[in-house]
Amino acid sequence: MVLQPAVEKWSGKIAEVAIGNAGPAGIIKVGGQETLPFLFSEGKIPNAPFAAFEIWDVNPADWPQELKTAWGESLKDPFAWAEACVNKYKAQALCLRLAGSHPDYGNRSAADEAKLASGLAQKFGLPMIVIGSGDKEKDNAVLPAVSEALKGRQCLIGCATQDNYKTLTAACLADGHSIIAESPIDINIAKQLNILISDMGLPLERIVIDPTTGALGYGLEYAYSIMERARLAALSGDKTVASPFICFVGLEAWKAKEAKVSLEQGIIWEAMTAAALLQAGADILVMRHPAAIEKVKKHIENLMGK
Amino acid sequence: MFIIGELINGMYANIAAAIKEKDKAVVQKCALEQIKNGADALDINCGPASKQPVIDIQWLVEVVREVTDKTLCLDSSKPQVIESGLKAAGSNIIINSTTADLEKLNLLIPLAKKYNAGLIGLTISAKGIPQNRDQRLELAATIVSACADQDFSTENLFLDPIVMPVNVAQAQMRDILESIREFKIISEPSPKTVVGLSNVSQGTSARNLINRTFLTMAVAYGLDAAILDPLDKDLVDALITAELILNKNIYCDSYLDAYRRK
Repeated sequence: MVLQPAVEKWSGKIAEVAIGNAGPAGIIKVGGQETLPFLFSEGKIPNAPFAAFEIWDVNPADWPQELKTAWGESLKDPFAWAEACVNKYKAQALCLRLAGSHPDYGNRSAADEAKLASGLAQKFGLPMIVIGSGDKEKDNAVLPAVSEALKGRQCLIGCATQDNYKTLTAACLADGHSIIAESPIDINIAKQLNILISDMGLPLERIVIDPTTGALGYGLEYAYSIMERARLAALSGDKTVASPFICFVGLEAWKAKEAKVSLEQGIIWEAMTAAALLQAGADILVMRHPAAIEKVKKHIENLMGK
Repeated sequence: MFIIGELINGMYANIAAAIKEKDKAVVQKCALEQIKNGADALDINCGPASKQPVIDIQWLVEVVREVTDKTLCLDSSKPQVIESGLKAAGSNIIINSTTADLEKLNLLIPLAKKYNAGLIGLTISAKGIPQNRDQRLELAATIVSACADQDFSTENLFLDPIVMPVNVAQAQMRDILESIREFKIISEPSPKTVVGLSNVSQGTSARNLINRTFLTMAVAYGLDAAILDPLDKDLVDALITAELILNKNIYCDSYLDAYRRK
């Protein structure tokens, strides 16, 4: 008897989100899948996931030594840091975290952050993701200024949360960007936030979900099951959860004590966390160590059959 | 749930008048309102007053097709009326309906195949309305085997257990609900199940409440489709909530709105 592989027929599709404008580095598209991750025999997977290099507006003094060694002096200057990402490591996209705008971490002004973001965008022309500091009030002052300065560049800006999404949604709507909707490992809130944002007029095709992830060994399986559940619902036709996922892999992985045991182990911890999240359906991985990103990039190429 | 809106029916005065006066706007508005409120498909019925149903159904189908590509259920007991509608409807069609009588099955199954349409099979025959679960199952089996004989996939078959008014056949309600579950295991792939909902409350004094309670229970028995009034907001809300409780959709605070956006 010949065993027939079970092939699922899906009626839904993940939204396709484009990041970047037609600059020299072009546009990156994510999403558009018609099946679960890497199940090519069931449906189309038009876009590969990708890793974005996380850079900061200020010197990340709290980062572990392993990361600091990798980047050296460039950590003190965002332009030098971005330069290394682009020229040395051939970055496909940058993720600028405006950590220094936090009132307790330098309190940089909206004008300074806007100038920095547009300066980086202008100089490197790469698709850009910009993340606030997480301080609600400050983000609501800084992110609209950054959004305006990046107008027309089709960036991805975050993070909107269930109790603080209106200001950022309005800014993204006005300036042509997509938005990151963050929920605390909670599928119900992820769905609700997507509805609230789209109710303001930003189409579902311009939302990327940050489901909040844990690192390997730190609750990764909860994030995995949330992402899997959302994907299954999306592929069954629920458009309100059919958004691509962004995962802040570096942020989580380098918090783990195991990542700090040795340099090699830290790189592996970040890469393995990314690999697991790819299987859960991650589309964008925001990562910190160039060697980990290199490994993940190769892994993605293998998975995509390139 | 596959919701089939029931409001384009000549038994309603507004539609009867629109058919008579060829007033497109009334019919098109009725179609779009039903879709906006969650209908996946629209039932099209010329009603008992139509003197020339073969022509009227064609007009109704053409008028509705101008505003939507959604599935149309061509509702008539006369095969020639259905064929007239099929010619006008293009794709996305369900024939509503055949009985379990062989002469009807032998006419309508080939028509469904020819026009690539779905088919609603009523578990009723010339002998009358079934009186219990076993009779319903027997009639369902007759329909399914006729489909198999004529190579019509049961995936495209909707079996209707025949819902009786609760004030006429109270003792049969449990049998009707259980038939919904039994029909699903009659063949592989499973046929779909459908009910004409408003029949359950015919002649009662609490129509909306009875419709909504029956529908909620039928959903729990695995009902796939229902012909109902999608403008009855409480009814559709109850339906969405029943499916939520069965874990068919992910909860969020705006789950009612979310469902209607699908």
